[in-house]
Amino acid sequence: MALFDIHALWDGKLFDVQSLLPGKPFEFKGLIKGNQSKIRGGVHPEPRKEATADRPIDTGFPLPPMLYLALWQHVGKPADPVVKVGDKVLKGQLLAVSQGLVSAPIHAPTSGIVADIMDYPSAHPSALPTPTLLLEPDGEDRWMELPEKIDPFSLSPEEISLRVGAAGVVGLGGAAFPSAVKLNLGRRTKIQTLLINGGECEPYLTCDDRLMRERARVIVDGILIMLHGLGAQKAIVGIEDNKLEAYTTMRMAADELSEGKVEIALVPSFYPMGWDKQLIGYLTGKEVPADGRATDVGVLMHNVGTAYAVQQAIRHGKPLISRIVTVSGGAVGSARNIEAPIGTPLASLLAHCDYRPEDTARYVMGGPMMGESLPHPNVPLVKGTCGILALTQEEVSASNAKSCIRCSRCVTACPVGLQPLEMVARIRAGQLEQSLKFGLKDCISCGSCSYVCPSEIPLVHYFKYANGELLTRDQANHKAEQTKKLAEEKLARLERQKQEAAAAAAARKAAAKKPKITEQAA
Amino acid sequence: MSTSMLSAPFTRSELQIQSIMLTVVLALAPGTAWGVFIFGWPALFIFIVTVASAIAFEAACLMLAGKRVDATLLDGSALLSGWLIALTLPPWAPWWIGVVGAFIGIVVGKQVFGGLGQNLFNPAMLARVALLVSFPVEMTVWANPISPFSSAAPGLLDSIAITFGGLTPADGSTGATMLGWVKTEFSQGRLLDQSLATGDYGFYKSLLGWTGGSLGETSALFYLVGGVWLLKKQIITWQIPFSMLATVALLASVFTLLDGERYPGPLFHLTSGALMLGAFFIATDYVTSPNSPVGQMIFGAGCGLLVYVIRTWGSYPEGVAFAVLLMNSLTPVIDHYVRPRIYGRNRKGKPLELPEGRE
Repeated sequence: MALFDIHALWDGKLFDVQSLLPGKPFEFKGLIKGNQSKIRGGVHPEPRKEATADRPIDTGFPLPPMLYLALWQHVGKPADPVVKVGDKVLKGQLLAVSQGLVSAPIHAPTSGIVADIMDYPSAHPSALPTPTLLLEPDGEDRWMELPEKIDPFSLSPEEISLRVGAAGVVGLGGAAFPSAVKLNLGRRTKIQTLLINGGECEPYLTCDDRLMRERARVIVDGILIMLHGLGAQKAIVGIEDNKLEAYTTMRMAADELSEGKVEIALVPSFYPMGWDKQLIGYLTGKEVPADGRATDVGVLMHNVGTAYAVQQAIRHGKPLISRIVTVSGGAVGSARNIEAPIGTPLASLLAHCDYRPEDTARYVMGGPMMGESLPHPNVPLVKGTCGILALTQEEVSASNAKSCIRCSRCVTACPVGLQPLEMVARIRAGQLEQSLKFGLKDCISCGSCSYVCPSEIPLVHYFKYANGELLTRDQANHKAEQTKKLAEEKLARLERQKQEAAAAAAARKAAAKKPKITEQAA
Repeated sequence: MSTSMLSAPFTRSELQIQSIMLTVVLALAPGTAWGVFIFGWPALFIFIVTVASAIAFEAACLMLAGKRVDATLLDGSALLSGWLIALTLPPWAPWWIGVVGAFIGIVVGKQVFGGLGQNLFNPAMLARVALLVSFPVEMTVWANPISPFSSAAPGLLDSIAITFGGLTPADGSTGATMLGWVKTEFSQGRLLDQSLATGDYGFYKSLLGWTGGSLGETSALFYLVGGVWLLKKQIITWQIPFSMLATVALLASVFTLLDGERYPGPLFHLTSGALMLGAFFIATDYVTSPNSPVGQMIFGAGCGLLVYVIRTWGSYPEGVAFAVLLMNSLTPVIDHYVRPRIYGRNRKGKPLELPEGRE
């Protein structure tokens, strides 16, 4: 290891003092063997995971008096209710079916009575009401009849996808994309490697970390089932090197269960290591083309939580009705991870963890880098919620935007290779089309640029605004074009009708004349 | 316009403009102190006059533009600009040189363009070049370094007279800079070893900065240390200083090997004039340098090339200010052509080809 490395000046690590210190876990460092050169950009926000990382998952969360099951909590079409108000349902029973190719069903997280199907505030920055099914628990928590345990590897790969889809499993890393659709895509495109994202690079969040520490064998089993469903032979789990306990536990479980099919790899901890393409590049050295998908380079990525949910669905026939969610933030007295039924009001989770509403400056769903701000916590837990944070005034950075000094920190931080300062300059000048030329559409909204900006310019906010504005313009253009097209078609139709009428009249005239001619001829 | 953020991220790095500016000022402090130490009271006076007028001009412009004065002044950018302008002035320059320099740097160089972040040229270098061209006599009086406790050092009253009273410094208290000396001697047919000997050149003297020159340019050592500290603090990146210094060193090595009697070697160049100050503190100015790492390498190399060319074949003995200004004018062009590659796309912005056998 070079003591002096000119490139290290870039990181400000002039001398690698740490490597000289005794007691550093060399063996773990040696395990990091990914494609360092594929890593671009990134920032090192304060992890703030210590409040929850060492506390076991709380499985004793009491059932709230009412569960609010949003019918649209996944990517794709909303689910369609198949129960009526007043119906008595059992735990795990199907409440709403998926509609269309990309959608997911909703199941009852506990036994109880369907109280209502109404519009209820959604887990969205607007908290606008969306169709929601209200389930009043009866306190018995009685399961529906579960199918007999089966050997997942006796099922056909197609059957695995079907069952994953029927269990309502969606990506639990936050994207909430229906997992069965992804499995089908991976199988059709014959992917070689299944990547499992155990990065969890967002500050505060530890739900994946805890899950890996406590239920590693289940996760590895789930990965093996997914491999079977994909017809692939190899899976790599990427875990950030700040989660050594999770790494060790997963490693042991993989060694024991997977016969070498599941590899556990340490990846460097920084933000956004958990961006799927960053992880793909680091673990496989491959780069996904701008207009392609991960499957185009032969890989598919799922989250560790999703692997867990798949195992539960296939081996035990249990649909996705609960998830592990991190409840943290400075205003939370006793922060921890909770295994909570889907539909639980986030306010109940916060109350369970002794939060202080008076100290809360902002409620954030997800992590502080990419999460969404909620106006109030009276919205339900959805399948894609990794965390609910109650942040104090000190934790929420006030934004006092000043002039851009072109320091280029945003360029260095951008994992995509964009020049955020140039894009913002164009957007502020109203030249939205120009910002497209700088790669606006390639922005992944990770927030690294806003994070590092010493002038506190909310860069990502500008990009979201510009994207929304361009979308609105596109829609307006599209509408105008459609209107024009319809108007032109109408004109053409009228013209055609006129011509047809004229032609018909001429024909009639001719027909009326003809006999005369024939008569004359005769 | 202080609002709590409604969209992510909700956390932010601690580093702010003010702390960047103050860190740079701190890194400049040893070199500046050295300049005041060897050039005495007049150097301190001109320094104070320049910095104070820079801040005053900034405040006046902000008021005229109807912007918030206190908040913008506190960001420290006017302090830093004024500081850098002062460092480029002859230590015994009259007070009005400092005022005019601050006016050119702050008003013409920065505020006319729209204030912080908007200027095309480095304000300090613009001020220096404008002064040099307009007042060549005042801008080329180089005091010799004097031990501050010696009897030869100007006393407080004499110093006030030098800076504020137009007193002409005594004979023998001023001389040429080493770069200037070598150049004029060569034009009179004297070879390098001769001129270095008559100029009383010494590498360690040059490194430490015990030599005539602008107020704050003489000590290569202090600026090297300050610059490396800025690198460690991640205030600047290595590309510009490295490529600028390496280009000068490379060119100097090549030419000294070709003709050692005419061209001084790399160590002479690296420790002379304003090169160290320029490489770490002036060319690295965020506003006027390219924003991609590769662009910064090109920019630095261009600065180095121009510095060497002007020093060696130009009519001025030193070329850092001209080199930086010329490369500043190329920054928009470099930024236009040199951009980082976007993920999933080639250098031209087209999506990468799909691997074989996939569609």
